[in-house]
Amino acid sequence: MDLTLKIWRQKNSSAKGKFETYKVNDVSPDSSFFEMLDTLNQQIIETGNDPVAFDHDCREGICGTCSLYINGRPHGPKRGITTCQLHMRSFKTGDTIVIEPWRAKPFPIVKDLLVDRSALDLIIQAGGYVSVNTGGIPDANSIPVQKQKADLAMDAASCIGCGACVAACANASAMLFVGAKVSQLALLPQGKVEAADRVEKMVAMMDMLGFGNCSNTYACEAECPKEVKVTNIARMNRWFIRSKVGAEKPEAATYD
Amino acid sequence: MSTLFKYSSITKKIIMGAFGLFLALFLLVHLTINLLLLSGDGGKMFSAASEFMTTNVLIKIFEYVLFGGFFIHILFGVIVTLKNWASRPVGYYTSNKSHTSFFSKYMFHTGVIIFIFLLLHFMHFFFIKTGWVQPPAGIEKHDFYGLAVALFTHKIYSLIYIAFFVFLGFHLNHSIQSGFQTLGLNHNKYNSAIKIVSLVYSVIVAGGFSLIPLYFMFIF
Amino acid sequence: MTTLNSKIPQGPLAEKWTTYKSTCKLVNPSNKRKIDIIVVGTGLAGASAAASLGELGYNVKVFCYQDSPRRAHSIAAQGGINAAKNYQNDGDSVYRLFYDTIKGGDYRAREANVYRLAEVSNGIIDQCVAQGVPFARDYGGLLDNRSFGGAQVSRTFYARGQTGQQLLLGAYSALSRQIKKGSVKLYNRRDMLDVVVVDGKARGIIVRNLVNGQIEKYFGHAVVLATGGYGNVYFLSTNAMGSNATPLWRAYKKGAFFSNPCFTQIHPTCIPVHGDFQSKLTLMSESLRNDGRIWVPKKLEDVAKLRKREIKPSDIAEEDRDYYLERRYPAFGNLVPRDVASRAAKERCDAGFGVSHSGLAVFLDFKESIERLGKNVIEERYGNLFQMYEQIINENPYETPMMIYPAVHYTMGGIWVDYDLMTTIPGLFAIGECNFSDHGANRLGASALMQGLADGYFVLPYTIGNYLSAEIHTKRIATDAPEFVQAEKDITEQLEKLKNIKGKQSVDSIHKKFGKLMWEYCGMSRTEESLKKGLSLVPEIKKEFWTDLFIPGEMNEYNPEIEKASRVADFIELGELIMKDALQRKESCGGHFREEMQTEDGEAKRDDENFAFVSAWEFKGEDKEPEMHKEQLTFEVAKPSQRSYK
Repeated sequence: MDLTLKIWRQKNSSAKGKFETYKVNDVSPDSSFFEMLDTLNQQIIETGNDPVAFDHDCREGICGTCSLYINGRPHGPKRGITTCQLHMRSFKTGDTIVIEPWRAKPFPIVKDLLVDRSALDLIIQAGGYVSVNTGGIPDANSIPVQKQKADLAMDAASCIGCGACVAACANASAMLFVGAKVSQLALLPQGKVEAADRVEKMVAMMDMLGFGNCSNTYACEAECPKEVKVTNIARMNRWFIRSKVGAEKPEAATYD
Repeated sequence: MSTLFKYSSITKKIIMGAFGLFLALFLLVHLTINLLLLSGDGGKMFSAASEFMTTNVLIKIFEYVLFGGFFIHILFGVIVTLKNWASRPVGYYTSNKSHTSFFSKYMFHTGVIIFIFLLLHFMHFFFIKTGWVQPPAGIEKHDFYGLAVALFTHKIYSLIYIAFFVFLGFHLNHSIQSGFQTLGLNHNKYNSAIKIVSLVYSVIVAGGFSLIPLYFMFIF
Repeated sequence: MTTLNSKIPQGPLAEKWTTYKSTCKLVNPSNKRKIDIIVVGTGLAGASAAASLGELGYNVKVFCYQDSPRRAHSIAAQGGINAAKNYQNDGDSVYRLFYDTIKGGDYRAREANVYRLAEVSNGIIDQCVAQGVPFARDYGGLLDNRSFGGAQVSRTFYARGQTGQQLLLGAYSALSRQIKKGSVKLYNRRDMLDVVVVDGKARGIIVRNLVNGQIEKYFGHAVVLATGGYGNVYFLSTNAMGSNATPLWRAYKKGAFFSNPCFTQIHPTCIPVHGDFQSKLTLMSESLRNDGRIWVPKKLEDVAKLRKREIKPSDIAEEDRDYYLERRYPAFGNLVPRDVASRAAKERCDAGFGVSHSGLAVFLDFKESIERLGKNVIEERYGNLFQMYEQIINENPYETPMMIYPAVHYTMGGIWVDYDLMTTIPGLFAIGECNFSDHGANRLGASALMQGLADGYFVLPYTIGNYLSAEIHTKRIATDAPEFVQAEKDITEQLEKLKNIKGKQSVDSIHKKFGKLMWEYCGMSRTEESLKKGLSLVPEIKKEFWTDLFIPGEMNEYNPEIEKASRVADFIELGELIMKDALQRKESCGGHFREEMQTEDGEAKRDDENFAFVSAWEFKGEDKEPEMHKEQLTFEVAKPSQRSYK
């Protein structure tokens, strides 16, 4: 199949970017989206020019590195997959495909289609963990966990931290990302201990980094490659209210 | 003011949402009284209710609470929206095509329209009551029935009101289910029920209010 | 010939680690604050080590080439993690896990290391549960297990088909906690390019900042490599695109010995290659073999019709199907170890029974399990894998059998380490997949996660203290010391040399060619002839690389072509060493199958008399032959026997 690609090119974070148009021909419908881009880059290199930079690593939909906004949708037109799992059979010959980087204030562009998502790491660092050290842990089966809750925790934990929720959100909000981590840990007895404290710290960090508010459009859920549910956001809100009005109020979250 | 900005995003949303739900409930009270206009008794019941609403001390106090509610809902709505706009300084070339409910993306816009409507509505009723605006010739400033008849027999005003009710419906349809989500009162089992309630409520309110101008246009 | 000192503690096997722990030297808390440790890599081993060392009070600097530590390729491990908990009451024990691992590794691993691994396995599960890892549970709220290849007990803990992801996120969360505390400092998007050795000890690393191309120098009292395996030598593998052997190779060139490079694991259940454009292979978890049955048609005419798509797999009658694993290995059936399953698939395909249009695929069929357990049970167990398969192949595996074929997946070989996990360069440690130690010639399923976390959480924190206790008086060395400056200069020159080749070919196109060469001459089965042929072709490719490579863009900017070029330069050299090692090992064992050495019914034939050793290659200089040292393996408890899964 023959395609026209309209790709955002930007030399570095401070440079001004613009769209460039490329043609790729004879793309196999069985190739993946990235294999198509590999072919394009091979073409570009052969003409002595700078190939398109994009983030990718595992190419099997689990590492969360890939991050393309394709024809107005993070990870492209299909539901429940990452960009690297998108195959060219989802397009047809003659199509024009517009490829943009994730756009959000906390995700500055590094180059072309590559953005810096360290902000998501900072949110986890603010409290997305259970405060246990290595060793001295009681037997794994000493606290039974209700299967339904363990399953819900696993649903939330399947987040791959790609940031598609932020990219899709009209407000560049990271609530689904934060809600998923807060939910996963709050659903398990091991993580519930610090749930109230955790939610305050993570939300405070998210706000400080410049992510927007949730306006319940649910674009995040629609675009999440792991189909993490927005009920996790509601659960986070619940825990947030609990942290504010709960009997044993944790100390106020601080930024430093 | 700057402290307001410092509130956590969720706190701001909860305040906005809680007052929003409160305002939505008020609309039901407002609607119930207004529907008395349709009783066909020449406005007797409606006037009695209006009389009660304008003179009762508790209601007077409640009026302040209500205005406070509007003010806070709008204030936080604006703060939240400004922050949201700032979160994506450079937008996308291709507009977003994610599958979402259409109205959820335009809450601020429908909110602004409702605000403008509210000012117009106050010009027609509330500001007349307070004496800031002169009533139309020949109508007492406390004669709400008379004001309503004068207004809605005017076709253009009726159509403007109906158009605004439609926007109010859009705003409500998303906001009620959204309020549940924001307050964390969301549960897989009840989510579809909440959605239906939200829809039904918005239809009742928007439809109910629209009946009044329609009545005066076609039946009165 | 040098004898390598593996420093295995004295005493009975089962007491070695306990004795070690209670007698090893310690560093007191006030001194830990004065000690810097560099950890390279943030997979299971690296993240867990960095977090644990940070908790202990050391100053840790952790490096990864990805944008976030959470993206290391451990995240792609699917099936599960082994532990000798015996929750199923099916007769498991530390000894049995040890024995299965030694036997699965075809008696080419060190007993003491493997026993320690089995011993600490239980603690890993406790640790992960405490971190909030959502392992699968049964209705009573207790942990569930599944079976894996090479074992007759159910000892594998899992979190759907995303166990690696969940364990890594657990380790990442512990790491994040230490980063927040300030005990660990994270350097992301950094490619490690050299080890700095000062007075014979590893004292730092040179990295390239991938965002701005700057070369940076970092000091550490000790350096820990946790950089994973080198499967990408083959171009097509299940590794991530960025997985590379550069840290290992540069350490090798600075004096660390490289062990058993020819032990590469070919995983039996991968999605077959489907085109020339292909950039990587995708693994389907081995756990699928729990419920899937592997078969090819019995009749060649059915094969021909299948390839022409004249018939569907379901059209082939039960009696015309050859469930070859069940036929050849009735005791273990579809759950034989990976090397055995891979070779059996190759054997059938070589005989002409391969089912895809390329002839390189066999069926993995779930029909019977779906009938027995119901579709929803299968979906709950493997839903995400089935989905993944459908994305790639565009066929629904609930309705038609999957097609699978073996692919390069894991490398058992790696940097030689002693019992302390220290390499032959004092102060340089290697943990996880990048060392050679625990899996012998073949790794059992669900053991990689176990080893990575065992090394990082429970072994290294002790053994590194044993080394660092003698380093408490060593002052921090400034990175403008001559050794650092020299290393920086060497690296800069190397990169400039690559950039200045200014030929015509892209890195990938040369890598692809080299990968094909490796797969053809040193793939699933090897012969003296193929290896010699392969080795004779290397100089040509090397020359092509160093004369015809083209790297676009600038040095001092984000430039993935530079990254890839320096990695591929190392892959080519490492590939050569792999073939040399394969050539000298004139026996078949585990993942290394020499066609000349097989039993009458086609099973691998070990030669314990001559090859019960670990090869350890020493770099002797560019363009000089490396020297091979031997660490003799002794088996006091698990006496070698012919592996049989019949």
